[in-house]
Amino acid sequence: MSGAVQVSLSGVDKIFERPASAGGPVHAIGPIDLQLRAGEFFSVVGPSGCGKSTLLELLAGLARPTRGSVLFEGKPVGGGVVEGVGVVFQEDASFPWLTVHDNIAFGLKRLGLDAAERKRRIDAALAMMGLSNFAGSYPAQLSGGMRQRVCIARTLVTKPRLILLDEPFGALDQQTRLLMGDEVLKLWRETGATVFLITHALDEAAMLSDRIGVMSARPGRIIDLVETKWPRERDSRIVERAEFGEVTARLWRSLRTESMKSMGKMEEGKAGEGQ
Amino acid sequence: MKRSTIYRWIVIIALVGLLEVLCLTGVITKITMQPPHRIVMDLYKILVSGSLNKAILKTFTNAASAFLLAMAAGVVIGALLHRTRRFREIVNPLLATYYAIPVFAFYPLLIVLFGLGDAPQILIGFMLAVVAVVVNVLDGLDRVPRVLLKTAQVAGLGPIETVARISLPYAAPYLLTGAKLAVAYSLIGVIGAEFIMSRGGMGYEINFAYTNFDNATMYPLILLILMVSVLLNMGLARWEKNLMQKRGLR
Repeated sequence: MSGAVQVSLSGVDKIFERPASAGGPVHAIGPIDLQLRAGEFFSVVGPSGCGKSTLLELLAGLARPTRGSVLFEGKPVGGGVVEGVGVVFQEDASFPWLTVHDNIAFGLKRLGLDAAERKRRIDAALAMMGLSNFAGSYPAQLSGGMRQRVCIARTLVTKPRLILLDEPFGALDQQTRLLMGDEVLKLWRETGATVFLITHALDEAAMLSDRIGVMSARPGRIIDLVETKWPRERDSRIVERAEFGEVTARLWRSLRTESMKSMGKMEEGKAGEGQ
Repeated sequence: MKRSTIYRWIVIIALVGLLEVLCLTGVITKITMQPPHRIVMDLYKILVSGSLNKAILKTFTNAASAFLLAMAAGVVIGALLHRTRRFREIVNPLLATYYAIPVFAFYPLLIVLFGLGDAPQILIGFMLAVVAVVVNVLDGLDRVPRVLLKTAQVAGLGPIETVARISLPYAAPYLLTGAKLAVAYSLIGVIGAEFIMSRGGMGYEINFAYTNFDNATMYPLILLILMVSVLLNMGLARWEKNLMQKRGLR
């Protein structure tokens, strides 16, 4: 199912410059060495503030690494648009002034496709995300889960080969999250794209992924790589399996100390702020 | 119709009715004011005869020019200021105190510079209106969520395209708030300037009628200005309301 190396990070560090008065530079992540295989479902879990989103921004070309290299299909990524990569963010990124149809069409404007192909892709994305009956609605008329689907559909129409999901279900309730997880799995199977998911929910990572990278507290590094060996045809019922518990337990084992470290840091930070 | 709207109409109708009664019974003398129904009839006569069409056209054309200039310049200046943080920090206090400046005081200077034509009047209207647009554009652009800008970046939009296709559409309701103020300020500026020193326009005609005790011209023109200003404002407010409703904000 998973093929050649599609994304390759080697020796990647990201350091945010800050004046000494504000506490000096922040070593957000790194060094990270990681390879994503074409077509796999890869998740990253890690304690709060460990740089998960920074990692995603590096892959999306929204930020440049301070050191090291990020390659997508052999070409360097950094500070520019990467053709073939789509991103879905945690926050609602639907455009409130456009209908669902136009929101989705937005993703296509720059591709210069003819009208028939545009229509075909938009209709397919609408159908895949269960939005066909809402094409003329505005985001304000939809629920949070449906708005997130609009954002996923807007990414899908561009036919990305790598889909980056930054905690896309973070703002949704537990049941909706499980169901959205099923939809993401379906989408992953149908598009054949590589999915890179960032989440703080261990069960979500365990349920959806082929492989899971566990990140340390800041500066975020990959401290464990867990392979789930789930079949490609799977859905949220995988949680019933005994191995599901084992995967989740292993994730938590790797993560527990790091989360405590991160929490400790946060407490220290708060105490520091109070002084 | 909402209950508050009904009450509002009742208050307006009652006030006009009261004015009518006071005029007809002579409490307000004829030389002070005509009864409202006469004002409406006189306005009708003026419009039908076309005697003041030139003045009316001049005022509204100038006000429209001031408005359009203020909108165009306001949006561009607002968008530029939003991008240049340091310059904005310098300019911000000036924007905040701008309306403390009596713009009309510059009118003689503008006449010296531009002569007695339409330009000084348009400029006064523009000067009054533009800052309201700038302030509201800035307010709207400040509210654009970061995630939408990131989305634009991922989609490969450049800075100008991002402003045109993401930031300004998001800020549209605030832009309309600016436009509502700009309509009012453009009219105030242009008509006010015509009052002070001008050879035509509705402000000039009202002033001329006033000095000649010509109530049959003065009040109808005031009514016309009132009607146009209120109607434009209501139109923009309705547009604003539609936008807000679409976004679930009202």
